[in-house]
Amino acid sequence: MTTQTLDRPTQAPSLKPRRRITGAGFMHGYVWLIIAWLVLPIAVMIAFGFNDTPGRYNQEWVGFTFKWYGKLFELSNLTQALVTSILIAIVSSLLAGALGTGIGYALGRYRFRGAGSLNLIMFATISSPELIMGASLLTLFASLQVGLGAVTITIAHVMFSISFVATVVRARVMTLDRSVEEAAADLGATPWVTFWKITFPIILPAVFSGVLLAFALSIDDFIVTNFTAGTTETFPLFIWGATRVGIPPQVNVMGTLIFATGVLFAVVTNIRSRRTTKTD
Amino acid sequence: MKNRVKRQLAPYLLVLPGGIWLLIFFAVPMITMLSLSLQEGDIVNGYRFTGHWQTYVDAISSYQTQIVRSLIYGAVATIILIALAFPVAYWIAFHGGKRKSTYLFLLLLPFFVSFVLRTISWGQILADEGPVVSPLRSIGLVGDSFHILGTSYAVIGGLVYNFLPFMVLPIYVALERIDPRVVEAARDLYANPAVTFRKVIFPLALPGVFAGVLMTFVPASSDYVNSAVLGSAGTTMIGQVIQAQYLVNSDYPTASALSFVLMAVLLIGVFLYARMLGTEDVMKVAAR
Repeated sequence: MTTQTLDRPTQAPSLKPRRRITGAGFMHGYVWLIIAWLVLPIAVMIAFGFNDTPGRYNQEWVGFTFKWYGKLFELSNLTQALVTSILIAIVSSLLAGALGTGIGYALGRYRFRGAGSLNLIMFATISSPELIMGASLLTLFASLQVGLGAVTITIAHVMFSISFVATVVRARVMTLDRSVEEAAADLGATPWVTFWKITFPIILPAVFSGVLLAFALSIDDFIVTNFTAGTTETFPLFIWGATRVGIPPQVNVMGTLIFATGVLFAVVTNIRSRRTTKTD
Repeated sequence: MKNRVKRQLAPYLLVLPGGIWLLIFFAVPMITMLSLSLQEGDIVNGYRFTGHWQTYVDAISSYQTQIVRSLIYGAVATIILIALAFPVAYWIAFHGGKRKSTYLFLLLLPFFVSFVLRTISWGQILADEGPVVSPLRSIGLVGDSFHILGTSYAVIGGLVYNFLPFMVLPIYVALERIDPRVVEAARDLYANPAVTFRKVIFPLALPGVFAGVLMTFVPASSDYVNSAVLGSAGTTMIGQVIQAQYLVNSDYPTASALSFVLMAVLLIGVFLYARMLGTEDVMKVAAR
């Protein structure tokens, strides 16, 4: 739509439209250059998962091998860190999903006192430096003498994910067609039934994508986790700790598998949501 | 009657659990951090509140180089990001056609790899024995004293790399919102493409640029991963100092004071932004 309007030649097709196409073509090439630059370190990470390096030192290319895929779970610390990361991501994304949906629904549906300050707090959690959020949580836990570990990491992840979930859900609730709910009420459904039978199924995709976003934020988080982990290791923390002694190739393999799963998941959900919007 | 009360209570009940969570684990920690920065003592014997302002004076004078350096790195990275991201967002918004979402997805690909891992991967690429420096050295284009890893270029490059999507997305959202009829009207009034861009498109994209600046400058200037992995002793940023004071030296008062100074500098900017331009643009990008 926009492209058509912009590309429509305003004058007779002389030199001008051709020059404009060249300009856009140049920018098109530039966009691909940027994408290539963004993908380059990912390609390096994937490639070095196939590197036939003798030991832990995985800096120079030796030869191609699949062996690290076979030895994926040989480093128990690394496997443990990955499992910890996944467990924390599951728990924190579900908790943030529940708490964030409540906030998002209320903000999208009702006008109430305190909504403004709530918005401001959410904005603050989204735009505050992670370093400060992590550091301040550390001071809270330290002054309460709470031991750091998986629980404190989960608490922190829920904290920074709530606002993201709430924002996603609020956007959906605001565009919701109220007449469907009114129809249900006219047919004698109680508010409770209307919510669970009508409203909730409609906002469920938004809740789902909010939970996914929270999962992704949690499993990748390094900075806040670093401050709230104590001696517990998550996948990013393991990598951080291993930088000085050398990153084992298994890290590259796990990174590759996480990348592939994430991309696959995103593509599949995207295609499915496109299909459902078409049938609507 | 009972229903009306219920309906009035409903938003509060919905908001309460999440609101309390944010209050206890986001707002309260800021206060404990402020209080800790004014205490004296050590981690073994405990801290006592003494209103010790001297910590701030000492911390700032010891680490002013790192504070200033972080703000400069953050600012330089942000300026480079605007220049790099604007054409990308522009092209996708106006020429992306049916493939807009595909291009946006490609730009978000790095987010499927852990932030630390991506940065380490850059370290590998830019290392002296890596695929960039070693060919340059072997053909004699640069001497043995030439490095990329460990320089401020590598650190700023890493910051630019890691935060690029946060600049592209808000600019894209702003450009996407522009009514094509406005651009058409400019053409009809005989504005040439350059004037149309300067007088119509760019001003309308400005809120997106500001949102992008907020979303990149804050994390970039408080980052410590890039400077630790890609930098050297000469590129230490304040985030590294804060991290080390907390987690290595356990000097909580100094670390808290430094955090507070950094937060004050950044949050003043954030709240000025929120007051002047509202919170909607940033929230919209967060919802993507």
